Amino acid sequence: MSTETHFNSESNLEKVLKSGQFAFTGELGPPRGTDVEEVKEKAKFLKGNVDAVNITDNQTAVVRMSSWAASLILIQEGLEPNYQMVCRDRNRLAMQADILGGSALGIRNMLCLSGDHQQFGDHPDAMGVFDIDSTQLIAMVKQMRDEGLFLNGNEIHQPPKMFIGAAANPFADPFEWRVHRLAKKIEAGADFIQTQCIYNMPKFREFVRLANEEGLTEKVYILAGVTPMKSVGMARYMKTKVPGMDVPDEIINRLKGVEKDKVAQEGINIACEQIEEFKEMKGVHGVHMMAIEWEHMVPEIAEQAKVLPRPVFS
Amino acid sequence: MIVAQRKPFAEIKEMLQGYNKVLNVGCGTCVSVCLTGGEKEVAVLNTELEMARRLDDDPIDIQGHTIERQCDREYLAELDSIIEEGKFDALMSMACGVGIQFLAERYPLIPTFPAVDTSGLAVNQTVGWYEERCRSCSQCVLGFTGGICPITMCAKRLLNGPCGGTNKGSCEISNDQPCAWFRIWERLSGQGRLDSIKKINTTRGWKDQAPRNLMQPGYKKPEKMVK
Repeated sequence: MSTETHFNSESNLEKVLKSGQFAFTGELGPPRGTDVEEVKEKAKFLKGNVDAVNITDNQTAVVRMSSWAASLILIQEGLEPNYQMVCRDRNRLAMQADILGGSALGIRNMLCLSGDHQQFGDHPDAMGVFDIDSTQLIAMVKQMRDEGLFLNGNEIHQPPKMFIGAAANPFADPFEWRVHRLAKKIEAGADFIQTQCIYNMPKFREFVRLANEEGLTEKVYILAGVTPMKSVGMARYMKTKVPGMDVPDEIINRLKGVEKDKVAQEGINIACEQIEEFKEMKGVHGVHMMAIEWEHMVPEIAEQAKVLPRPVFS
Repeated sequence: MIVAQRKPFAEIKEMLQGYNKVLNVGCGTCVSVCLTGGEKEVAVLNTELEMARRLDDDPIDIQGHTIERQCDREYLAELDSIIEEGKFDALMSMACGVGIQFLAERYPLIPTFPAVDTSGLAVNQTVGWYEERCRSCSQCVLGFTGGICPITMCAKRLLNGPCGGTNKGSCEISNDQPCAWFRIWERLSGQGRLDSIKKINTTRGWKDQAPRNLMQPGYKKPEKMVK
Protein backbone atom coordinates (compact mmCIF):
# COMPACT_ATOMS: atom_id res chain seq x y z
CA MET A 1 0.00 0.00 0.00
CA SER A 2 1.41 3.36 -0.98
CA THR A 3 -0.65 4.94 1.77
CA GLU A 4 1.73 3.40 4.31
CA THR A 5 4.30 6.02 3.40
CA HIS A 6 1.81 8.79 4.04
CA PHE A 7 1.72 11.08 6.98
CA ASN A 8 0.17 9.42 9.99
CA SER A 9 -3.11 11.19 10.50
CA GLU A 10 -3.81 9.56 13.91
CA SER A 11 -7.09 8.35 12.46
CA ASN A 12 -8.57 5.15 13.86
CA LEU A 13 -9.88 4.25 10.42
CA GLU A 14 -6.37 4.61 9.03
CA LYS A 15 -5.03 2.29 11.75
CA VAL A 16 -7.67 -0.35 11.01
CA LEU A 17 -6.92 -0.29 7.30
CA LYS A 18 -3.14 -0.19 7.70
CA SER A 19 -3.30 -3.15 10.07
CA GLY A 20 -4.86 -5.11 7.23
CA GLN A 21 -8.20 -5.61 8.94
CA PHE A 22 -11.53 -5.36 7.15
CA ALA A 23 -12.92 -1.90 7.92
CA PHE A 24 -16.55 -1.17 8.77
CA THR A 25 -17.75 2.45 8.72
CA GLY A 26 -21.16 3.95 9.40
CA GLU A 27 -23.05 7.09 8.58
CA LEU A 28 -25.02 9.71 10.50
CA GLY A 29 -27.06 12.61 9.16
CA PRO A 30 -27.04 15.69 11.43
CA PRO A 31 -30.41 17.04 12.62
CA ARG A 32 -32.41 19.82 11.02
CA GLY A 33 -32.08 21.87 14.16
CA THR A 34 -29.92 22.26 17.23
CA ASP A 35 -30.88 19.09 19.08
CA VAL A 36 -27.63 17.60 20.39
CA GLU A 37 -29.56 14.67 21.90
CA GLU A 38 -30.69 13.57 18.45
CA VAL A 39 -27.04 13.22 17.38
CA LYS A 40 -26.14 11.42 20.62
CA GLU A 41 -29.09 9.03 20.26
CA LYS A 42 -28.04 8.00 16.73
CA ALA A 43 -24.38 7.80 17.79
CA LYS A 44 -25.26 5.39 20.60
CA PHE A 45 -26.15 2.67 18.10
CA LEU A 46 -22.94 3.14 16.14
CA LYS A 47 -20.50 3.24 19.07
CA GLY A 48 -18.32 0.14 19.14
CA ASN A 49 -19.93 -1.23 15.98
CA VAL A 50 -18.07 0.86 13.38
CA ASP A 51 -14.52 2.24 12.95
CA ALA A 52 -15.61 5.72 11.90
CA VAL A 53 -18.87 7.52 11.17
CA ASN A 54 -19.45 9.65 8.07
CA ILE A 55 -21.13 12.91 9.04
CA THR A 56 -23.01 14.16 6.02
CA ASP A 57 -22.69 17.75 4.85
CA ASN A 58 -26.11 19.24 4.02
CA GLN A 59 -26.98 15.96 2.35
CA THR A 60 -29.25 16.17 -0.70
CA ALA A 61 -28.73 19.94 -0.44
CA VAL A 62 -31.01 20.22 2.59
CA VAL A 63 -29.82 22.49 5.41
CA ARG A 64 -28.78 20.67 8.56
CA MET A 65 -26.49 21.19 11.52
CA SER A 66 -23.01 21.75 10.05
CA SER A 67 -21.05 18.58 9.53
CA TRP A 68 -18.02 19.77 11.54
CA ALA A 69 -20.23 20.66 14.52
CA ALA A 70 -21.94 17.26 14.47
CA SER A 71 -18.48 15.69 14.06
CA LEU A 72 -17.37 17.36 17.29
CA ILE A 73 -20.41 16.01 19.15
CA LEU A 74 -19.40 12.56 17.96
CA ILE A 75 -15.85 13.02 19.26
CA GLN A 76 -17.30 14.01 22.64
CA GLU A 77 -19.32 10.80 22.58
CA GLY A 78 -16.18 8.77 21.97
CA LEU A 79 -16.71 7.99 18.28
CA GLU A 80 -14.53 8.87 15.33
CA PRO A 81 -16.14 11.09 12.69
CA ASN A 82 -15.44 11.06 8.98
CA TYR A 83 -16.14 14.71 8.21
CA GLN A 84 -17.86 15.07 4.82
CA MET A 85 -17.23 18.27 2.87
CA VAL A 86 -19.01 19.22 -0.36
CA CYS A 87 -17.88 21.75 -2.95
CA ARG A 88 -21.38 23.16 -3.35
CA ASP A 89 -21.56 25.34 -0.24
CA ARG A 90 -18.07 26.74 0.38
CA ASN A 91 -15.35 28.51 -1.52
CA ARG A 92 -11.65 27.70 -1.09
CA LEU A 93 -11.24 30.11 1.82
CA ALA A 94 -14.09 28.60 3.85
CA MET A 95 -12.95 25.07 3.00
CA GLN A 96 -9.40 25.62 4.18
CA ALA A 97 -10.62 27.40 7.30
CA ASP A 98 -12.94 24.48 8.16
CA ILE A 99 -10.16 21.95 7.51
CA LEU A 100 -7.88 23.80 9.93
CA GLY A 101 -10.65 24.17 12.52
CA GLY A 102 -11.75 20.55 12.19
CA SER A 103 -8.22 19.25 12.54
CA ALA A 104 -7.51 21.57 15.49
CA LEU A 105 -10.49 20.10 17.36
CA GLY A 106 -9.65 16.47 16.62
CA ILE A 107 -11.25 15.56 13.28
CA ARG A 108 -8.92 13.10 11.56
CA ASN A 109 -10.87 11.85 8.51
CA MET A 110 -12.43 13.78 5.65
CA LEU A 111 -14.54 12.70 2.70
CA CYS A 112 -14.21 15.11 -0.23
CA LEU A 113 -17.33 15.36 -2.42
CA SER A 114 -18.78 17.51 -5.20
CA GLY A 115 -22.19 17.52 -3.50
CA ASP A 116 -25.69 17.04 -4.88
CA HIS A 117 -26.83 20.00 -6.94
CA GLN A 118 -28.70 22.63 -4.89
CA GLN A 119 -31.73 22.19 -7.13
CA PHE A 120 -32.53 18.94 -5.27
CA GLY A 121 -32.66 20.53 -1.85
CA ASP A 122 -34.74 22.85 0.27
CA HIS A 123 -33.12 26.02 -1.12
CA PRO A 124 -33.22 25.28 -4.87
CA ASP A 125 -32.50 28.89 -5.84
CA ALA A 126 -29.27 29.06 -3.83
CA MET A 127 -26.04 29.91 -5.61
CA GLY A 128 -23.92 26.79 -5.94
CA VAL A 129 -20.34 27.68 -5.09
CA PHE A 130 -18.35 24.93 -6.88
CA ASP A 131 -15.25 27.12 -6.66
CA ILE A 132 -13.17 23.95 -6.83
CA ASP A 133 -14.30 20.40 -7.63
CA SER A 134 -13.94 17.21 -5.58
CA THR A 135 -10.67 16.13 -7.25
CA GLN A 136 -9.21 19.56 -6.62
CA LEU A 137 -10.44 19.46 -3.00
CA ILE A 138 -8.61 16.16 -2.44
CA ALA A 139 -5.42 17.69 -3.85
CA MET A 140 -5.86 20.76 -1.67
CA VAL A 141 -6.21 18.75 1.58
CA LYS A 142 -3.18 16.65 0.62
CA GLN A 143 -1.09 19.73 -0.07
CA MET A 144 -2.15 21.26 3.25
CA ARG A 145 -1.30 18.04 5.11
CA ASP A 146 1.84 16.82 3.36
CA GLU A 147 3.47 20.05 2.23
CA GLY A 148 2.07 22.30 4.93
CA LEU A 149 0.97 24.79 2.31
CA PHE A 150 -2.29 26.57 1.66
CA LEU A 151 -3.69 26.36 -1.86
CA ASN A 152 -1.94 29.64 -2.72
CA GLY A 153 1.43 28.22 -1.63
CA ASN A 154 1.69 30.08 1.66
CA GLU A 155 2.98 28.18 4.63
CA ILE A 156 0.64 26.79 7.29
CA HIS A 157 1.75 27.06 10.89
CA GLN A 158 0.95 23.53 12.18
CA PRO A 159 -0.61 21.80 9.18
CA PRO A 160 -3.79 19.74 9.58
CA LYS A 161 -3.77 15.97 10.05
CA MET A 162 -6.30 14.21 7.88
CA PHE A 163 -6.90 10.76 6.43
CA ILE A 164 -8.27 11.74 3.02
CA GLY A 165 -11.34 10.07 1.59
CA ALA A 166 -13.07 10.31 -1.77
CA ALA A 167 -16.18 8.85 -3.33
CA ALA A 168 -16.51 6.63 -6.39
CA ASN A 169 -19.66 5.67 -8.23
CA PRO A 170 -18.95 2.56 -10.31
CA PHE A 171 -22.49 2.67 -11.73
CA ALA A 172 -22.54 6.10 -13.37
CA ASP A 173 -21.91 6.46 -17.09
CA PRO A 174 -19.71 6.01 -18.96
CA PHE A 175 -18.71 2.81 -17.11
CA GLU A 176 -15.26 2.59 -18.69
CA TRP A 177 -14.48 6.11 -17.51
CA ARG A 178 -15.11 5.30 -13.82
CA VAL A 179 -11.75 3.61 -13.29
CA HIS A 180 -9.97 6.60 -14.87
CA ARG A 181 -11.81 8.95 -12.55
CA LEU A 182 -10.84 6.75 -9.61
CA ALA A 183 -7.23 6.95 -10.80
CA LYS A 184 -7.46 10.74 -10.93
CA LYS A 185 -8.73 10.90 -7.35
CA ILE A 186 -5.92 8.62 -6.18
CA GLU A 187 -3.36 10.71 -8.02
CA ALA A 188 -4.86 13.82 -6.40
CA GLY A 189 -4.20 12.27 -2.98
CA ALA A 190 -7.10 10.09 -1.82
CA ASP A 191 -6.09 7.58 0.89
CA PHE A 192 -9.42 5.77 0.92
CA ILE A 193 -12.51 5.48 -1.24
CA GLN A 194 -16.11 4.94 -0.20
CA THR A 195 -18.32 3.82 -3.07
CA GLN A 196 -21.90 4.56 -3.99
CA CYS A 197 -24.42 2.00 -2.66
CA ILE A 198 -23.84 -1.27 -4.46
CA TYR A 199 -26.73 -3.44 -5.65
CA ASN A 200 -25.47 -4.55 -9.06
CA MET A 201 -22.80 -7.02 -7.95
CA PRO A 202 -21.66 -8.18 -11.43
CA LYS A 203 -20.97 -4.58 -12.43
CA PHE A 204 -19.14 -3.90 -9.17
CA ARG A 205 -17.02 -7.05 -9.58
CA GLU A 206 -16.05 -5.81 -13.04
CA PHE A 207 -15.19 -2.36 -11.67
CA VAL A 208 -12.94 -3.86 -8.99
CA ARG A 209 -11.36 -6.21 -11.53
CA LEU A 210 -10.45 -3.21 -13.72
CA ALA A 211 -9.18 -1.29 -10.68
CA ASN A 212 -7.03 -4.31 -9.71
CA GLU A 213 -5.74 -4.56 -13.28
CA GLU A 214 -4.72 -0.89 -13.24
CA GLY A 215 -2.96 -1.41 -9.91
CA LEU A 216 -5.26 1.10 -8.23
CA THR A 217 -6.27 -1.13 -5.31
CA GLU A 218 -2.59 -1.24 -4.32
CA LYS A 219 -2.64 2.53 -3.95
CA VAL A 220 -5.89 3.17 -2.14
CA TYR A 221 -8.21 1.45 0.34
CA ILE A 222 -11.65 0.77 -1.11
CA LEU A 223 -14.69 0.55 1.14
CA ALA A 224 -17.70 -0.91 -0.62
CA GLY A 225 -20.92 1.05 -0.05
CA VAL A 226 -23.86 -0.94 1.34
CA THR A 227 -27.37 0.28 2.12
CA PRO A 228 -29.86 -2.39 3.21
CA MET A 229 -33.27 -2.03 1.57
CA LYS A 230 -35.99 -1.38 4.15
CA SER A 231 -38.91 -1.95 1.79
CA VAL A 232 -39.91 -2.70 -1.79
CA GLY A 233 -40.92 0.95 -2.15
CA MET A 234 -37.43 2.08 -1.17
CA ALA A 235 -35.89 -0.29 -3.70
CA ARG A 236 -38.17 1.02 -6.46
CA TYR A 237 -37.41 4.62 -5.50
CA MET A 238 -33.65 3.99 -5.55
CA LYS A 239 -33.97 2.30 -8.95
CA THR A 240 -36.01 5.00 -10.67
CA LYS A 241 -35.47 8.28 -8.84
CA VAL A 242 -31.87 8.43 -7.64
CA PRO A 243 -29.38 9.47 -10.36
CA GLY A 244 -26.39 7.18 -10.71
CA MET A 245 -28.02 4.33 -8.74
CA ASP A 246 -28.23 0.84 -10.26
CA VAL A 247 -30.78 -1.51 -8.65
CA PRO A 248 -31.26 -4.77 -10.60
CA ASP A 249 -34.77 -6.24 -10.78
CA GLU A 250 -33.59 -9.38 -9.00
CA ILE A 251 -33.14 -7.35 -5.79
CA ILE A 252 -36.68 -6.00 -6.05
CA ASN A 253 -38.08 -9.44 -6.88
CA ARG A 254 -36.29 -11.00 -3.93
CA LEU A 255 -37.80 -8.41 -1.57
CA LYS A 256 -41.23 -8.92 -3.14
CA GLY A 257 -40.84 -12.68 -2.69
CA VAL A 258 -41.04 -12.63 1.11
CA GLU A 259 -43.91 -11.89 3.48
CA LYS A 260 -44.48 -8.19 4.13
CA ASP A 261 -43.18 -8.22 7.71
CA LYS A 262 -40.00 -9.98 6.60
CA VAL A 263 -38.99 -7.56 3.82
CA ALA A 264 -36.67 -5.50 6.02
CA GLN A 265 -34.96 -8.66 7.31
CA GLU A 266 -34.57 -9.82 3.70
CA GLY A 267 -32.93 -6.47 2.90
CA ILE A 268 -30.48 -7.06 5.73
CA ASN A 269 -29.86 -10.63 4.53
CA ILE A 270 -28.98 -9.32 1.04
CA ALA A 271 -26.62 -6.74 2.59
CA CYS A 272 -24.92 -9.37 4.73
CA GLU A 273 -24.44 -11.70 1.76
CA GLN A 274 -22.81 -8.80 -0.08
CA ILE A 275 -20.54 -8.11 2.88
CA GLU A 276 -19.48 -11.77 2.99
CA GLU A 277 -18.44 -11.50 -0.66
CA PHE A 278 -16.63 -8.18 -0.11
CA LYS A 279 -14.59 -9.72 2.69
CA GLU A 280 -13.16 -12.18 0.17
CA MET A 281 -12.93 -9.78 -2.79
CA LYS A 282 -9.40 -8.83 -3.80
CA GLY A 283 -9.10 -5.05 -3.88
CA VAL A 284 -11.89 -4.37 -1.37
CA HIS A 285 -10.69 -3.38 2.10
CA GLY A 286 -13.89 -2.76 3.98
CA VAL A 287 -17.54 -1.81 3.91
CA HIS A 288 -19.21 1.55 4.32
CA MET A 289 -22.64 0.88 5.87
CA MET A 290 -25.11 3.62 5.00
CA ALA A 291 -28.11 2.62 7.07
CA ILE A 292 -30.01 5.80 6.26
CA GLU A 293 -32.27 6.81 9.17
CA TRP A 294 -31.86 3.22 10.35
CA GLU A 295 -28.95 3.74 12.74
CA HIS A 296 -30.67 1.69 15.45
CA MET A 297 -30.40 -1.40 13.22
CA VAL A 298 -26.61 -1.10 12.84
CA PRO A 299 -25.75 -3.25 15.93
CA GLU A 300 -27.91 -6.06 14.56
CA ILE A 301 -26.54 -5.70 11.02
CA ALA A 302 -22.94 -5.65 12.28
CA GLU A 303 -23.65 -8.76 14.35
CA GLN A 304 -25.22 -10.63 11.44
CA ALA A 305 -22.44 -9.48 9.08
CA LYS A 306 -19.90 -10.92 11.54
CA VAL A 307 -17.78 -7.77 11.64
CA LEU A 308 -17.73 -7.55 15.45
CA PRO A 309 -15.87 -6.85 17.61
CA ARG A 310 -14.21 -3.84 15.98
CA PRO A 311 -10.44 -3.50 16.44
CA VAL A 312 -9.28 -1.25 19.29
CA PHE A 313 -5.89 0.48 19.28
CA SER A 314 -4.26 1.83 22.40
CA MET B 1 -25.03 36.05 -29.78
CA ILE B 2 -26.50 37.58 -26.64
CA VAL B 3 -29.97 36.27 -25.85
CA ALA B 4 -32.66 37.75 -23.66
CA GLN B 5 -36.25 37.05 -22.69
CA ARG B 6 -39.01 39.59 -22.36
CA LYS B 7 -39.94 40.25 -18.75
CA PRO B 8 -43.42 39.22 -17.58
CA PHE B 9 -45.94 41.84 -18.69
CA ALA B 10 -47.13 42.54 -15.14
CA GLU B 11 -43.59 43.44 -14.08
CA ILE B 12 -43.14 45.81 -17.03
CA LYS B 13 -46.51 47.46 -16.39
CA GLU B 14 -45.68 47.89 -12.70
CA MET B 15 -42.34 49.59 -13.53
CA LEU B 16 -44.06 52.12 -15.77
CA GLN B 17 -46.75 52.99 -13.23
CA GLY B 18 -46.87 56.78 -12.87
CA TYR B 19 -45.10 57.46 -16.19
CA ASN B 20 -47.29 58.76 -18.97
CA LYS B 21 -44.96 59.56 -21.84
CA VAL B 22 -42.48 56.80 -22.60
CA LEU B 23 -40.07 55.94 -25.40
CA ASN B 24 -39.48 52.21 -25.86
CA VAL B 25 -36.11 51.65 -27.55
CA GLY B 26 -35.50 48.42 -29.44
CA CYS B 27 -32.16 47.02 -30.56
CA GLY B 28 -31.59 45.73 -34.07
CA THR B 29 -28.82 43.25 -33.30
CA CYS B 30 -28.75 40.18 -30.98
CA VAL B 31 -32.12 40.68 -29.30
CA SER B 32 -33.76 41.13 -32.69
CA VAL B 33 -32.33 37.84 -33.93
CA CYS B 34 -33.62 35.98 -30.87
CA LEU B 35 -37.08 37.52 -31.37
CA THR B 36 -37.10 39.46 -28.08
CA GLY B 37 -36.31 43.14 -28.54
CA GLY B 38 -36.38 44.22 -32.17
CA GLU B 39 -38.72 46.55 -34.02
CA LYS B 40 -41.56 44.04 -34.10
CA GLU B 41 -41.36 43.20 -30.41
CA VAL B 42 -41.25 46.91 -29.49
CA ALA B 43 -44.49 47.43 -31.43
CA VAL B 44 -46.16 44.43 -29.77
CA LEU B 45 -45.19 45.49 -26.25
CA ASN B 46 -46.31 49.08 -26.87
CA THR B 47 -49.71 47.93 -28.08
CA GLU B 48 -50.14 45.70 -25.03
CA LEU B 49 -49.20 48.54 -22.69
CA GLU B 50 -51.52 51.01 -24.40
CA MET B 51 -54.43 48.61 -24.13
CA ALA B 52 -53.76 47.71 -20.52
CA ARG B 53 -53.41 51.32 -19.42
CA ARG B 54 -56.54 52.32 -21.30
CA LEU B 55 -58.44 49.59 -19.46
CA ASP B 56 -57.07 51.01 -16.20
CA ASP B 57 -58.35 54.44 -17.21
CA ASP B 58 -54.77 55.67 -17.06
CA PRO B 59 -53.68 56.11 -20.69
CA ILE B 60 -50.01 56.09 -21.65
CA ASP B 61 -48.39 57.76 -24.62
CA ILE B 62 -45.75 55.21 -25.59
CA GLN B 63 -43.64 55.53 -28.71
CA GLY B 64 -41.14 53.13 -30.20
CA HIS B 65 -37.83 53.47 -31.94
CA THR B 66 -35.38 50.72 -32.80
CA ILE B 67 -31.73 51.49 -33.44
CA GLU B 68 -29.06 49.26 -34.95
CA ARG B 69 -27.15 48.67 -31.70
CA GLN B 70 -27.66 50.07 -28.23
CA CYS B 71 -24.12 49.13 -27.18
CA ASP B 72 -22.63 51.62 -29.63
CA ARG B 73 -22.53 55.42 -29.18
CA GLU B 74 -22.67 56.00 -32.91
CA TYR B 75 -26.15 54.48 -33.11
CA LEU B 76 -27.39 55.81 -29.78
CA ALA B 77 -26.70 59.36 -31.03
CA GLU B 78 -29.65 59.18 -33.41
CA LEU B 79 -31.93 59.13 -30.34
CA ASP B 80 -30.70 62.56 -29.11
CA SER B 81 -33.08 64.67 -31.18
CA ILE B 82 -36.01 62.27 -30.72
CA ILE B 83 -35.63 62.33 -26.95
CA GLU B 84 -35.12 66.09 -26.83
CA GLU B 85 -38.24 66.77 -28.86
CA GLY B 86 -40.34 64.06 -27.24
CA LYS B 87 -40.08 65.31 -23.65
CA PHE B 88 -40.40 61.73 -22.39
CA ASP B 89 -40.74 61.16 -18.66
CA ALA B 90 -39.27 57.65 -18.94
CA LEU B 91 -37.35 55.42 -21.33
CA MET B 92 -37.70 51.68 -21.74
CA SER B 93 -35.13 49.48 -23.40
CA MET B 94 -35.59 46.12 -25.03
CA ALA B 95 -31.85 45.64 -25.57
CA CYS B 96 -29.63 43.30 -23.54
CA GLY B 97 -28.26 44.46 -20.19
CA VAL B 98 -25.33 46.12 -21.93
CA GLY B 99 -27.55 48.19 -24.20
CA ILE B 100 -29.94 49.15 -21.40
CA GLN B 101 -27.06 50.52 -19.35
CA PHE B 102 -25.55 52.44 -22.24
CA LEU B 103 -28.92 54.03 -22.96
CA ALA B 104 -29.43 54.97 -19.29
CA GLU B 105 -25.92 56.42 -19.16
CA ARG B 106 -26.51 58.66 -22.17
CA TYR B 107 -29.70 60.18 -20.71
CA PRO B 108 -28.93 60.31 -16.98
CA LEU B 109 -31.82 62.64 -16.12
CA ILE B 110 -34.53 60.35 -17.51
CA PRO B 111 -35.49 57.14 -15.66
CA THR B 112 -34.71 54.10 -17.86
CA PHE B 113 -36.37 50.69 -17.39
CA PRO B 114 -35.51 47.23 -18.72
CA ALA B 115 -38.19 45.30 -20.61
CA VAL B 116 -36.07 42.14 -20.92
CA ASP B 117 -33.97 39.77 -18.80
CA THR B 118 -30.64 39.01 -20.43
CA SER B 119 -29.96 35.30 -20.22
CA GLY B 120 -26.66 34.47 -21.84
CA LEU B 121 -24.46 33.84 -24.83
CA ALA B 122 -26.22 31.29 -26.97
CA VAL B 123 -26.42 29.53 -30.30
CA ASN B 124 -29.47 29.59 -32.54
CA GLN B 125 -30.46 25.91 -32.59
CA THR B 126 -33.65 26.43 -34.59
CA VAL B 127 -35.87 29.49 -34.93
CA GLY B 128 -37.06 30.32 -31.45
CA TRP B 129 -34.67 27.92 -29.63
CA TYR B 130 -31.44 29.28 -28.22
CA GLU B 131 -28.99 27.25 -26.18
CA GLU B 132 -26.45 28.82 -23.85
CA ARG B 133 -22.89 27.94 -24.79
CA CYS B 134 -20.53 30.41 -23.12
CA ARG B 135 -20.24 32.09 -19.72
CA SER B 136 -17.49 34.43 -20.96
CA CYS B 137 -15.24 33.25 -18.12
CA SER B 138 -12.07 34.80 -19.57
CA GLN B 139 -10.10 31.53 -19.71
CA CYS B 140 -11.31 29.17 -22.39
CA VAL B 141 -10.97 25.42 -21.68
CA LEU B 142 -12.47 24.21 -24.97
CA GLY B 143 -9.06 23.06 -26.20
CA PHE B 144 -8.91 20.11 -23.82
CA THR B 145 -12.64 19.47 -23.47
CA GLY B 146 -13.29 18.62 -27.09
CA GLY B 147 -14.99 21.93 -27.84
CA ILE B 148 -17.72 21.49 -25.18
CA CYS B 149 -17.81 24.00 -22.33
CA PRO B 150 -18.13 22.48 -18.83
CA ILE B 151 -18.22 25.92 -17.21
CA THR B 152 -21.48 26.62 -19.04
CA MET B 153 -22.97 23.19 -19.51
CA CYS B 154 -22.01 21.38 -16.26
CA ALA B 155 -24.36 22.45 -13.46
CA LYS B 156 -21.44 22.14 -11.01
CA ARG B 157 -18.80 23.74 -13.27
CA LEU B 158 -16.64 20.65 -12.73
CA LEU B 159 -13.22 20.47 -14.31
CA ASN B 160 -12.72 16.78 -13.54
CA GLY B 161 -16.05 15.25 -14.49
CA PRO B 162 -18.35 13.50 -15.07
CA CYS B 163 -19.47 13.28 -11.45
CA GLY B 164 -21.32 10.32 -9.93
CA GLY B 165 -24.64 12.00 -10.62
CA THR B 166 -24.47 11.67 -14.39
CA ASN B 167 -27.53 9.74 -15.42
CA LYS B 168 -27.44 7.79 -18.70
CA GLY B 169 -25.92 10.76 -20.48
CA SER B 170 -28.10 13.33 -18.72
CA CYS B 171 -27.26 15.69 -15.88
CA GLU B 172 -28.54 14.82 -12.42
CA ILE B 173 -30.58 18.03 -12.40
CA SER B 174 -32.79 17.01 -15.35
CA ASN B 175 -33.19 14.32 -17.97
CA ASP B 176 -33.56 17.14 -20.51
CA GLN B 177 -30.14 18.54 -19.70
CA PRO B 178 -27.30 16.61 -21.32
CA CYS B 179 -24.32 15.86 -19.08
CA ALA B 180 -21.51 18.09 -20.35
CA TRP B 181 -18.79 15.70 -19.21
CA PHE B 182 -20.49 12.67 -20.72
CA ARG B 183 -20.46 14.52 -24.04
CA ILE B 184 -16.88 15.62 -23.53
CA TRP B 185 -15.91 12.00 -22.87
CA GLU B 186 -17.81 10.84 -25.96
CA ARG B 187 -16.23 13.39 -28.24
CA LEU B 188 -12.69 12.94 -26.97
CA SER B 189 -13.16 9.19 -27.09
CA GLY B 190 -14.14 9.47 -30.76
CA GLN B 191 -11.05 11.58 -31.42
CA GLY B 192 -8.76 9.22 -29.51
CA ARG B 193 -7.93 12.07 -27.14
CA LEU B 194 -9.10 10.79 -23.75
CA ASP B 195 -5.62 11.45 -22.36
CA SER B 196 -6.62 15.09 -22.46
CA ILE B 197 -8.96 14.55 -19.50
CA LYS B 198 -7.14 11.74 -17.70
CA LYS B 199 -4.79 14.39 -16.33
CA ILE B 200 -6.00 16.23 -13.25
CA ASN B 201 -7.20 19.70 -14.03
CA THR B 202 -5.85 21.68 -11.14
CA THR B 203 -7.67 24.41 -9.28
CA ARG B 204 -8.14 27.47 -11.39
CA GLY B 205 -8.45 31.10 -10.48
CA TRP B 206 -11.73 32.61 -11.62
CA LYS B 207 -11.13 35.62 -13.84
CA ASP B 208 -14.69 36.90 -13.81
CA GLN B 209 -15.04 37.90 -10.18
CA ALA B 210 -14.51 41.61 -10.70
CA PRO B 211 -15.60 43.92 -13.56
CA ARG B 212 -13.50 43.27 -16.63
CA ASN B 213 -12.09 45.71 -19.14
CA LEU B 214 -10.57 44.88 -22.47
CA MET B 215 -7.97 47.22 -23.89
CA GLN B 216 -6.36 46.02 -27.09
CA PRO B 217 -2.61 46.47 -27.48
CA GLY B 218 -1.76 49.80 -29.06
CA TYR B 219 -4.93 51.48 -27.78
CA LYS B 220 -5.51 53.60 -24.71
CA LYS B 221 -8.36 55.34 -22.93
CA PRO B 222 -9.10 58.83 -24.33
CA GLU B 223 -8.27 61.64 -21.94
CA LYS B 224 -11.77 63.02 -22.24
CA MET B 225 -14.82 60.97 -23.15
CA VAL B 226 -16.94 62.48 -25.89
CA LYS B 227 -20.65 61.80 -25.88
